[in-house]
Amino acid sequence: MNVAIVGAGPAGLYLAILLKKLDRGVDVSVLERNAPDATFGFGVVFSEETLGALRDADPETHLEITDTFARWDRIDIRFQGRELRSSGHAFSAIARKRLLEILQERCRELDVALEFGVEVDELPDADLVVGADGANSLVRRFGEFGTKVRPEGSKYVWFGTDHVFDAFTFAFRETEHGLFNVHAYPYDERMSTFIVECPEAVWRAAGLDEMDEQESLAFCEQLFANELRGRELFSNRSLWLDFPKITNATWHSGNIVILGDAAHTAHFSIGSGTKLAMEDSISLAAALARRRWELEAAFVDYELEREPFVERTQDAASESAAYFGRIASYSHVEPIQFAFNLITRAGRITHATLGVRDPQFTRALDGWLGGRAVSPPPAFSSFELRGVRFEHRFELVESTVAVSAEGRVSAEDVPAPEGKLLLRLSHAGRRGATQARNRGVDLPLADGWPVVAPTKRPYAPFGQIPSEPDEAAVLEAFVSAAASARAEVLELDMAHGYLLGSYLSPLTNDEDDRLLFPLRVLEAVRARWEGPLSVRLSITDWHPRGNKVEDGIAIARAMHEAGADLIHVEAGQTIHDDRPQYRRGFLTALSDRVRNEARVPTLVGGYLTTLDEANTIVGAGRADLVLLDLPEPEIERPLQSSNSLLLGEVRA
Amino acid sequence: MNVGVGLPTTVPGATGELLIEWARRADDRPFSSVGVLDRVVYDSYEPFAALAAAAAVTSRVRLATMIAIGPLRATALLAKQAASVHGLSGGRLTLGLAVGARLDDFDAAGVAHKGRGKKLGEQLAYIRGDVDGDKVGPSREGIEILVGGLSGPAYSRMARYADGYAHNGGPPRAFANAAGRALAAWSDLGRPGKPKLWGQGYFAFADPGRGEAYLKDYYAFTGPFAEKIAAGNLTSARAVKDYVRGYEEAGCDELVLFPTVGDIDELDRLQEALA
Repeated sequence: MNVAIVGAGPAGLYLAILLKKLDRGVDVSVLERNAPDATFGFGVVFSEETLGALRDADPETHLEITDTFARWDRIDIRFQGRELRSSGHAFSAIARKRLLEILQERCRELDVALEFGVEVDELPDADLVVGADGANSLVRRFGEFGTKVRPEGSKYVWFGTDHVFDAFTFAFRETEHGLFNVHAYPYDERMSTFIVECPEAVWRAAGLDEMDEQESLAFCEQLFANELRGRELFSNRSLWLDFPKITNATWHSGNIVILGDAAHTAHFSIGSGTKLAMEDSISLAAALARRRWELEAAFVDYELEREPFVERTQDAASESAAYFGRIASYSHVEPIQFAFNLITRAGRITHATLGVRDPQFTRALDGWLGGRAVSPPPAFSSFELRGVRFEHRFELVESTVAVSAEGRVSAEDVPAPEGKLLLRLSHAGRRGATQARNRGVDLPLADGWPVVAPTKRPYAPFGQIPSEPDEAAVLEAFVSAAASARAEVLELDMAHGYLLGSYLSPLTNDEDDRLLFPLRVLEAVRARWEGPLSVRLSITDWHPRGNKVEDGIAIARAMHEAGADLIHVEAGQTIHDDRPQYRRGFLTALSDRVRNEARVPTLVGGYLTTLDEANTIVGAGRADLVLLDLPEPEIERPLQSSNSLLLGEVRA
Repeated sequence: MNVGVGLPTTVPGATGELLIEWARRADDRPFSSVGVLDRVVYDSYEPFAALAAAAAVTSRVRLATMIAIGPLRATALLAKQAASVHGLSGGRLTLGLAVGARLDDFDAAGVAHKGRGKKLGEQLAYIRGDVDGDKVGPSREGIEILVGGLSGPAYSRMARYADGYAHNGGPPRAFANAAGRALAAWSDLGRPGKPKLWGQGYFAFADPGRGEAYLKDYYAFTGPFAEKIAAGNLTSARAVKDYVRGYEEAGCDELVLFPTVGDIDELDRLQEALA
């Protein structure tokens, strides 16, 4: 068996070590186009979990790596002239150059053939070829991997500095061109990594697109002189880049397998690239051992094992990249909430898990929201909306009434729920005259009443062709329903393709001024209803020709200006064949954007099944009020006398 | 959670006699359903024909398509086939439908591949909605409808028109992920209660090599993914038990285990593994 590994980065070298340890008789060579001491970037980050894996896989290198580590357990967030500190986040980092030296040394000890300055122009002649050659992998052209590359996040540049930070530091600096931010962390006793990031528009406005390496370094040095405490930035071919998100349909093809950045990248803002790469090496080596060098079986094992981790990390990384792309919209946020939103941006840390790592931080957050030093968690903080006080953030219960007989969805009555009532006034528009929801949705009644909509297109298959609404009558129906409403919060339903919602979307309204009628209804109801008024909106139509998130935010802003106190964030259902993106909490990110970009209080649901989600959402300022889908606790069941556990009961 | 068993309708070489005996025995054992797959361009049986035959020799188990490719069939005919199996079985049909993944099936059936999602939506509205004024009988009342697929529109069709979700198999965490999406869609469409969640898996005890070869062949159209499906074949009692437990924890209501080897004794072995 001989193995050719292309790329002498951490993944390639580490795999070489593990394969040699597995079988000293195997020929392993590592082919690298650059010189042994050439390296890009400065430091790399590891978590405690990764360190454990490295210790188990090769104790010798683990010892050397941890010997030179910089360790810290704090995240510092510098924002609006304040520094917020959160501890309990165990991280370690090492100079990339030092890491490579340790791995190269260990390779030599184990008789791995290291060949530097070698270009790989054709598929190496070996039994097993490994592409560990990074994001711009050349090995990928020798097989079929289904590679996709798309840029993600903002512009960024990677520097080093001799200012030694004592925590993972996020710093934010407002300029006349827009907001810049820094990700900085120490990687040995002398140096730190210092990454500067900003949205492309800001980058252009600042003229960075026309600066050379030295000029941009000087610019960043000056901009972040405070953070650098007068120290310097160092460049190592430090150019502004777009981060490429790389995915591959498969990580093997014939006798070629790829790993690390060649197989998948994860945005630098969650610092997981090297960790993923070295864990790939461990998994691949273990699979080859288990399958006794039967390549295809080992490749399948390796992919099956790694895919879920990689996918989750890439998802979290994308969330994080998107967050840093829109940080400018958080400039008005109180620093403690800003910091909590930042820490929970990727969905991996929640109020509950942060409470374990850093109870002081969550106590401070809870205290800030609750107004007392010791306060209950965010979802239990009180909230006031136009004179109505909510004792906690999930107090609202929804109920929908049709404003007229024509505007009913189906013929069934809806019982009024108990709690602080949000009464939704709705006109079903072209989604009306359907059967009861227990059979399905949008199933037309055989002999339904006529439905109305701004266009003559039915909502769903076999649906009625709508006729033109009598706008004066609809307006009057909303106003009179509002006048007689008994509720804490009144809501106008402008979402999900119901009548008012169908006015708002280019998919369902051919007129230019699509807000005209919905705004008239809002203003008329506002004049008759003194309490809190909510507007329920589909912030995106989830369709290429429909309203995008930006359009939805603009509509939310217009509704707020016209008197809405609250935006109930929904998405889709404007048409029946949209392209929704369902998952738990699928509306949370939309609510975050509406609340912080349109600066309006929001209510959000979206299948939130835990109180922890509510605490995290409210604590991070992603919504003001939430609707929970709490399942009945299943902690108790009757004792069974039979042993029919597996096959269950037979259904008739 | 209930456990059902698949009929080997897509295992090449399976005889009609084997399928019928398989259904008969499944009905005698503590399985709650028999399931079938759907494929045109393969040495396999038509799912509704197979379930009609199974209906005649069973009295208890549910008869499930996991799934049938709706858009391959004209809508009224699909409704009639389903209603016929439902009637023949005394109301035991679970109709799982999805858009299908293979171009060759659409080509062979002479049906456009493009627009298949839209067509499935129409079919579901037709079958569930009684839009034909009862002219196309027998009665479809009580047919349990499932929708499969992993795309956003698939979850939305499921929540709009069906009673539950049919997952396409894989490790329990893949099922759990899909189930979360199905529940979110159900909640978003304002459906009362919860969708029924159906899962599936593959097994072979006696001759795992043959089972693996079959899966690689059956799923060759997925490219390298076929190997992963084959690697997931459950080939020991331990593996079956772990899989069942994993699905139960993930909230599955009905798990249908499909044979990859057309040997009638595999049913006994499966029953033992589950015991």
